[in-house]
Formats: sequence, structure tokens, C-alpha cells
Amino acid sequence: MTEEKVKTPAAKAVKTKLRATGINKTFKRDGTETSVLENVELEVAQGEFLCLLGPSGCGKSTLLNICAGFLSPTTGTVTIDGEPVTGPDPRRIFVFQERGVFPWLTVEGNIAFGLAKLSKAEQAERIAHYIKMVGLQGFEKAYPQELSGGMKQRLEVARALAVNPDMLFLDEPFGALDSITRLIMRGELLRIWEAERKTIIFVTHDIEEAVQLADRVVVMSARPATIQTIVEIDIEHPRDISSPRYLELRDGIFNEIGLAHKI
Amino acid sequence: MSPWVRIRPALFILALLGIWHFAVVSQQNRILPTPWETVTGIIELMQRGLLIKYIVASLFRVTWGFVGAALLAIPLGLAVGWFRRTEMAFNPLIQILRPISPLAWIPISILWFGVGDVAAIYLIFLASFLPLMMTGINAVGGIPQVYINAGRNFGLSGARLVIRVLYPAVVPQLIIGLRITLGIAWLVVVAAEMIAVNSGLGFLIVDARNAGNRYDLVVAGMVMIGMIGLMLDTLMRSLEKSRALRWGYSED
Repeated sequence: MTEEKVKTPAAKAVKTKLRATGINKTFKRDGTETSVLENVELEVAQGEFLCLLGPSGCGKSTLLNICAGFLSPTTGTVTIDGEPVTGPDPRRIFVFQERGVFPWLTVEGNIAFGLAKLSKAEQAERIAHYIKMVGLQGFEKAYPQELSGGMKQRLEVARALAVNPDMLFLDEPFGALDSITRLIMRGELLRIWEAERKTIIFVTHDIEEAVQLADRVVVMSARPATIQTIVEIDIEHPRDISSPRYLELRDGIFNEIGLAHKI
Repeated sequence: MSPWVRIRPALFILALLGIWHFAVVSQQNRILPTPWETVTGIIELMQRGLLIKYIVASLFRVTWGFVGAALLAIPLGLAVGWFRRTEMAFNPLIQILRPISPLAWIPISILWFGVGDVAAIYLIFLASFLPLMMTGINAVGGIPQVYINAGRNFGLSGARLVIRVLYPAVVPQLIIGLRITLGIAWLVVVAAEMIAVNSGLGFLIVDARNAGNRYDLVVAGMVMIGMIGLMLDTLMRSLEKSRALRWGYSED
């Protein structure tokens, strides 16, 4: 066995993309303070696919919103490429849990939304490229209300990718889709990620989804959310979801969360 | 659609007109006009050149009062809605003024502007102002945060965020508000013209009664008011049907 093979992905000399240090977040409502995040420390490597996994309402979306600059932490800092995050930035696009596509714009118009600085010809080229990538050919002039839920979600991903961001934040993007569409969307997201190698932080409450997609799964506890453990998913893509290693990692997370994997 | 389904509404109206006709002619001393007398009344008004003149006068007042209110009240409402604190400051005032019928302002508007167009326009302005301001406030309040966040995420702020996200997001609500308010303005102009001016469809109705109980002209005036109101509403509805705006009206 050579030196190379022993190294795990974490041991590789990779550049840190995002670093969150000492993140605490409390919300005030009617005079009472609720602590949502406690002492979160997180590093995300360049090009990494990271899943934040935890029960609904645990605060993982809050953490994602802090990373994206939509919320500021009560204490602590987030830096991306060494710069502190002070607000949202077109270099890092957030794909929203709810339908974030603009209903007053067509498919083309939505994808072009972030491209105002480009020439018409460049815009047209990007639009065509990303419409093809997410398989919305023939729907260029359609309005979102004419699209299915899965198509809208793909449109939002295309709109995000079109501005060529170096990071994507995805907040339970496939949560509202039916299970078949969800599986297809996961495959498409992985294909896009492998082609473009964006750094991705993906929030989900679905253990299977996390283990299928991520390089590392950050398991968060119930509120106030802390990082309970970080599980490295050392399986090559495409992943065989019935392989012993997959099942071992998945069941390990089920145990970690305190769920016996039986119904 | 079968021809029968198409014809049914027309037959129903014909039947109602028939009932109207026979109800009137069966009276001993006839005061109210038959449908046909109403039509001849409209023709008479046309021949005397009054009909067009009065319609134009009424539409003129509604246009100025309504457009003036829209230009002031909608931006004000949007601004008030955007800055939540001002909304809290304005709210008690709006809630007190809102239940006051615009017609209650007639004496004051005549006091300020005398009998004439300005008083009538002012009444329509008042009648339109609060509903349009409420429309603006509610439209801003109803913008999903996700659109604002997405706009900011793509690097928009200030005027560009307003033009590219906030404005398209509120337009469907504004158009509904404009349509409803135009209906109110059309109701108020008739009342205002009965008292504050001596032209217009409202004046026609009062004048026809006072000058010799010409009830055929009264009903002719009412029919014209109904038809023009319907026309205005149809006009506003056609805006709602615009494809780029239709998103706001689906349940989606």
C-alpha cells in the first residue's frame, strides 16, 4: 500500500473555503430569548459537498442563513476565502426551501436575472447552456406557474449556477418534491457538482439524502443546535446505496441521532 | 357551447325587460318609464347633445380624482408598508378616517372649493385615497421575504431592488386595488354630481326629476351609469389578464 492510498480526503492539503468560528444565535421574541445555535465551529473545504443534517426546526437553516449573510450571528464570525461575511453576495447563491423563482419572469428571464452585466449574446449563451443542463428545453418562454415543482426547483438551481458562483447554499431544496423526482434531482445535482466543483452546503433532515450526496455529514442536535458529530462519507460516486459501507454509515448516523433504524 | 347555452342569458334579460314593461303599463297613473321609453330617453339625450357631454364630464372628474389619488396614495402606501414603524404610526389615523363615507365630506369640499368641478374631483380623490393607500401598504406587506432575499443575493439593492423585485412583486395586488377603487370612485362621482356641480350623469338624474319629473331620463341616466361602470371594470380586468401579471392571481 502506497502513501497516497492511506490518505483520507480530510487529510488532503485542501484549501478552506468557509470557516465559522464560535457561532451563537439567539432570537428575541416577546421578551424571551431563545438560543438557536450554540458554539458552532465549522470548516468547509474548497469544492466540498457538505450536508447539514438535523431534525426539523433545529437551527440548521439558521446556520445556513448566517453563512450566506442573510442573518448575522449573535456572536462569532463566518469568513469565506478569509473575508468576513457581512451580507449576501452574488458569488455565493442561496437556493431557497420555498419556491424562490420569480413568478413574474419566464424561465429565460429567471435564469438571466443575475446576468445583467453581461452582453446580450453572452446572456443568451448562458441561458441556453443552463436550460440544457437542467433539462428545461422547450420551456424557455414558460412562466413558473406552468412548471411542475421539480422543474421550478431545477430552474432555481439553473438561475443560481448561471451567475457562476463559487458556492451554493441549498436549504432543503428537494423537500417539497415527490420521492421519485427527489431521487432524480439528487442525481442531477451530483452530476452538476462533479462537472463544476462548486463548494456546496446542503441542509436536509433526510439521513439517506445526506449519505447519498455529501463528502461529509454534519449531524446537528436538537435546539439549541450544536454540532454533534461530523461523519465522513468515504464512498466514491456513483454510490451503491445497498453496499455494506453505505448501510454502515447510514445506520451509524441513525444511531447518532438516537433512532433505532426499525419501524 | 350549444346555441341554447349561448342564447340563454339574452333570453333571461328579455324576460326581465318584458316583466318590467308589463309591470309599468299595468299601473293606473304611470310615473316610471317602460324599457322602450328609457331607450327613447337615451336617444333624446343624445339628440340634445347632453349624453356625451355629461358622460365626458363625469369621466373627466373620475379620471382626475382617481389618477391624482393613485399617484399620491400608492407610493405613500408602499413607503409606509416598507417601513414598518411608519405603518404603526399611520394605522390609527387610517382606521379612524376609513369608516367616514366620502359623501360626508361634501359640505367641507364645497366650503373649500365652492360648487364646481374641483369640489367633485376632491371628493373622488378622498374616496380613492385611503383604499389605494391600504392597497399599497398591504401589497408591500405581502411580498414573500424569499423574493427580497433572492434579489439581494444577486447583488441588488436600493433602486434596482425596487425596480426588479419589489415593483413586479406588488403589481398584481395594486391592479386589484385599482380596479376595486375605480368602482368606488364611479359610485362617488354620481353622488358628488347630485350636489356639487351642474353637469354629469349624477346631475342629469337630479335635474331630470326636478325639471318636471322626467323619470324616463332618470332611468336613462341610471342605465348609462351602469354601462359605463361595467366598461371601466372590464378595462381594469383586461389588465389583470396580462400574461406577465397573471401569476399573482392563481392560487399557486
